[in-house]
Amino acid sequence: MEKRPRSFYVLAAFFGLFVLFLYGPILTIGLLSFQGPKGGLTFPMNGVSTHWFRDLFQEQAVGDIWGAFRRSFGLGLMVMVTTVVVSVMAGLAFRKRFFGSGLLFYAAITSLVIPSILISLGVGLIFNQLGLKIHWTTSGFGSQLTWTLPFGLLIMFAVFNRFDQSYEEAARDQGANAWQTIRYVVLPIIAPSLIGVALFGFTLSYDEFARTLLTAGSYNTLPLEIFGMTTNVTTPVIYALGTLTTLFSLGIIGVFLLSAWIMGKRRARLGSDAGKGV
Amino acid sequence: MAATPLKNRHVLGWLMAMPLSVVLLAFLFAPIVMIAVVSFWGATEFSIYPAFQFDNYEFLFGSPVTYKVFGATLKYALITWALTLAIGFTVAYFLAFHVRSLTIQIALFLICTIPFWTSNIIRMISWIPFLGRNGIANQTLISWGVIDEPLEWLLYSDFSVILAFVHLYTLFMVVPIFNTMMRIDKSLLEAARDNGASGFQTLVHVILPLTKPGIMIGTIFVVTLVMGDFITVRFMSGSQRANVGRLISNDIALLQYPSAAATAVVLLCTVLIVIAILLRFVNIRKEL
Repeated sequence: MEKRPRSFYVLAAFFGLFVLFLYGPILTIGLLSFQGPKGGLTFPMNGVSTHWFRDLFQEQAVGDIWGAFRRSFGLGLMVMVTTVVVSVMAGLAFRKRFFGSGLLFYAAITSLVIPSILISLGVGLIFNQLGLKIHWTTSGFGSQLTWTLPFGLLIMFAVFNRFDQSYEEAARDQGANAWQTIRYVVLPIIAPSLIGVALFGFTLSYDEFARTLLTAGSYNTLPLEIFGMTTNVTTPVIYALGTLTTLFSLGIIGVFLLSAWIMGKRRARLGSDAGKGV
Repeated sequence: MAATPLKNRHVLGWLMAMPLSVVLLAFLFAPIVMIAVVSFWGATEFSIYPAFQFDNYEFLFGSPVTYKVFGATLKYALITWALTLAIGFTVAYFLAFHVRSLTIQIALFLICTIPFWTSNIIRMISWIPFLGRNGIANQTLISWGVIDEPLEWLLYSDFSVILAFVHLYTLFMVVPIFNTMMRIDKSLLEAARDNGASGFQTLVHVILPLTKPGIMIGTIFVVTLVMGDFITVRFMSGSQRANVGRLISNDIALLQYPSAAATAVVLLCTVLIVIAILLRFVNIRKEL
């Protein structure tokens, strides 16, 4: 192997600093969440304890954290399933030009770049004026979709840009109809990417703040609850919550990445031997 | 029979794109229209009433605060853009051209993207123990003897706002730039070297031009995220700095929806103009 140039080491050091910059702060609050009962928001550590985690489980201390978590989790799942289904359908549609496809594409891009507070404000106003009840399962759900669907769609574009259409042609030549081609050929091939779409759908919803701000109604989602805490909680309990929800996010990401990896392994192991004998 | 396949194609396309269209119509298009309509309405202290008046816009454009705040927003966007681009490009360049094993490349890339899937608010909060008056930064600098008393401008200042922006949004630069770099044909780099280009010359004359689409996509993300932000500025400046998003959210808090809507319309126009200019340089669908 070729000797590494000096620039490699400089860049590697830069990369290391960047990773430290990305993860350092969150590790800090991870440490500080174990503050002793008399500890404050910054170092030094005033003893080590799990006091603040226990504090979290006593509901009256910090509001309805667990209710907020359950809502965020449920909403995340709703948004995830919807994002996968809708993105796949739209991704399939966009493979062929249809009337208005350009317009729809630019609408999706607009949805991505529009300041979140506009969605929040607009949806809130519409629900108010129509006399509909603002609730996280209706207005909150729809608002979050405007953020997750464009990501799902962009991933589908990336997937279908790399999709070898000869598989489909082969299926059609063997007499599969359009639905069979999609069900038994296209979907299995793109399945690992769908895990990616699902990951985006769930995590972006679970962490979404701005688009849910005016659209969640009287029951807060977790990010809203956490933000509320930042204005009136001045103890490390907020770090304990931050640590727990970050660990939860990391766990979810781990599950998604692992399933994508396992799917890839299985595919490699059980793959067809077609063409290998040539 | 001859006409049906064509007709079919459009109908089928529309059917499959229908769910997306419905969501965007109801939760993107309708809210924009609603905001545009309400921006002409009037407001009392407690309620809003339908009208067609230009008072909100007159007030908005007549107030020097507006120009200052739009200026501050653009300043945040510009500085954050420059920093995220410099950092993001360097990181992506290292990953794409200096890491040789694909497995390590993917692993390091994931390390860079994982924070994107965690909570932004928590990531902002996590700067407090670092930047605070008695935070790690100040304590370290004092113990090194660099400064005698704590720096006040570390937290709740433009500095902390921009630091948080860079922290939150550099990924949006790294990912598209890395994606574009990975598609550069390696033989072009060999050709450059065979022709006597130094590493730096290759970087400037071969890699940089070929990476432009990725840079553009990253730029669109970063600029729009920063321009539309209201929460980072509020939190990281301790409510001492303003940007357009905060102008809107303050009006909302005071139930002055028509005024918030007028500001939102102007913000949306500004963002869309910026995007339209940037989109002239890149075809997003081709670059994915």
